[in-house]
Amino acid sequence: MLEHYLSLFVKSVFIENMALAFFLGMCTFIAVSKRVETAVGLGIAVVVVQTITLPMNNLIYHNVLKEGALAAIGLGNLDLTFLGLITYIGVIAAMVQILEMALDKYVPKLYNALGIFLPLITVNCAILGGSLFMVERDYIFSESVVFGLGSGTGFAVAIIALAGVREKMKYSNVPAGLRGLGITFITVGLMAIAFMLFSGIQL
Amino acid sequence: MKLIRSILDKQEKHFLKGGKLEKFFPLYEAVDTFLYTPAAPTRTASHVRDLMDLKRMMMTVVIALIPAVLMAVYNTGLQANLGMEELGLISSNHWQARVIEWLGIGFDPSNILGNMAFGALYFLPVYLVTIAVGGFWEVLFAIVRKHEVNEGFLVTSLLFPLILPPNIPYWQVALGISFGVVIGKEVFGGVGMNILNPALTARAFLFFAYPAEISGDKVWVAVDGLSRATALAQFADSTMEVTYSWMDAFLGFIPGSMGETSALACLIGAVILIATKVGSWKIMLSVVIGMLATSLGLNAIGSATNPMFNLAPYWHFVIGGFAFGTVFMATDPVSASMTEQGKYVYGFLIGFFTVLVRVVNPAFPEGVMLAILFMNVFAPIIDKYFINQNIKRRLARNGV
Repeated sequence: MLEHYLSLFVKSVFIENMALAFFLGMCTFIAVSKRVETAVGLGIAVVVVQTITLPMNNLIYHNVLKEGALAAIGLGNLDLTFLGLITYIGVIAAMVQILEMALDKYVPKLYNALGIFLPLITVNCAILGGSLFMVERDYIFSESVVFGLGSGTGFAVAIIALAGVREKMKYSNVPAGLRGLGITFITVGLMAIAFMLFSGIQL
Repeated sequence: MKLIRSILDKQEKHFLKGGKLEKFFPLYEAVDTFLYTPAAPTRTASHVRDLMDLKRMMMTVVIALIPAVLMAVYNTGLQANLGMEELGLISSNHWQARVIEWLGIGFDPSNILGNMAFGALYFLPVYLVTIAVGGFWEVLFAIVRKHEVNEGFLVTSLLFPLILPPNIPYWQVALGISFGVVIGKEVFGGVGMNILNPALTARAFLFFAYPAEISGDKVWVAVDGLSRATALAQFADSTMEVTYSWMDAFLGFIPGSMGETSALACLIGAVILIATKVGSWKIMLSVVIGMLATSLGLNAIGSATNPMFNLAPYWHFVIGGFAFGTVFMATDPVSASMTEQGKYVYGFLIGFFTVLVRVVNPAFPEGVMLAILFMNVFAPIIDKYFINQNIKRRLARNGV
């Protein structure tokens, strides 16, 4: 059993890396990776939000949206899965808001460190993508906790690595036309080639 | 020698500012400094004088590669001749075989010079294509971006053919080195500014774009229709018998990419690199330690279905590209970790991931290439960590 969760975690961090295998959440991935410190902040925020919203959405999916989930109150033939997208994004937005307020009140230090990145995460496609993968792969509750933690960590690892590379690239003499976003896209592509290391591992 | 010097001096004015060939100064500069010590003195304040400049450093790597090149040439010919003997062929339809026939050398695997000649006919064209195409991009970028042609390319262009199979189509060689030089290096500003090793980037590109010509059982010996698995593939497949002895694998008489088969040649290269302090012994040592630790650990875990779990470390050391990657690729001073402690972490993880991919990833038989590229990506963050630790320690020491 433990082995199953361990391999799910490793799989979601490395093999199915949100950023470098699925290319989800590219906007934040590229925009917030100029400095390592901010990348670490965003990475932690993604891990936290992902670990909270995924199990939440999992509960909602299994108890409300899934076909036959409402059988207990006499609505057995109701299939609300078409409400999935709007529900998940709503839950993510609400969770981020609550988290923001809670952090502001109890851990102002972390709140200040995360700053704008926390609200930004609401529209990070890696977070929504995580929820949709969870539904598609039919994870049970405990699996969704592990998957949330793993996929968030994978995103954090990728963005911190990219920030390290971009800090090093300050000393590079990139052709004028490629400076900024252009070279970052090329870098991300090269990083994805390196991440192919894990593709094909069966866990 | 005086003659060349005077020719160069006479032509110099055309390349200087205002001359009619001003644009091509990088080419002139490259030829001049390749043949002679540059005479230009430093004009500003303190400057460390050392014989060990970038040019000498790169040439040392080239010298350290000579044993591997000789083994590449010999082994490619040997494997081709052995393969033809096995299939009972008197000749093959490759143009290389016709040249050998025309020279009257014959296809005898016991003829050392014959093997060398046959192997050279496979290795040299690949090398020449690499030099010509890669050199074209180097010079083009040097002229347009007004930097000098750098000797770093000599190393890249020698490493790249050594990690290719003998029968690779020349257009793929050209495409691969173009990708490696342009995307892997020049868009970042040239030598010293790239993040990944250009030769490995080029090979990874070919590996994923054209897997048929660079993986499988049929490409490692330059004979059409001969299926000969590499040692790694034989170990990974429990139904296959391992046909190579450890000594053969150590000396390099096994099929594989042209220059990577001989662990001995790589060891000689390692001695040269370490003695001249060009290659970091810390990285080489920690890659080997990482490999030892991981493979011993996996040996201890064991597996009934996957024979790779039980492969002993001394085999991991000699098969595949492990030795070559450790000595010549992982130590690339540009893409490796720069901090001294970082080198240990960087090297250890290369060894770790190499063995991990070999054992648990069924998609790739060999993991050295991708393990090094992967750690190239993480090298800056490892450095950053140790630099920050250093800053913290010094602040604490000074009581700030």
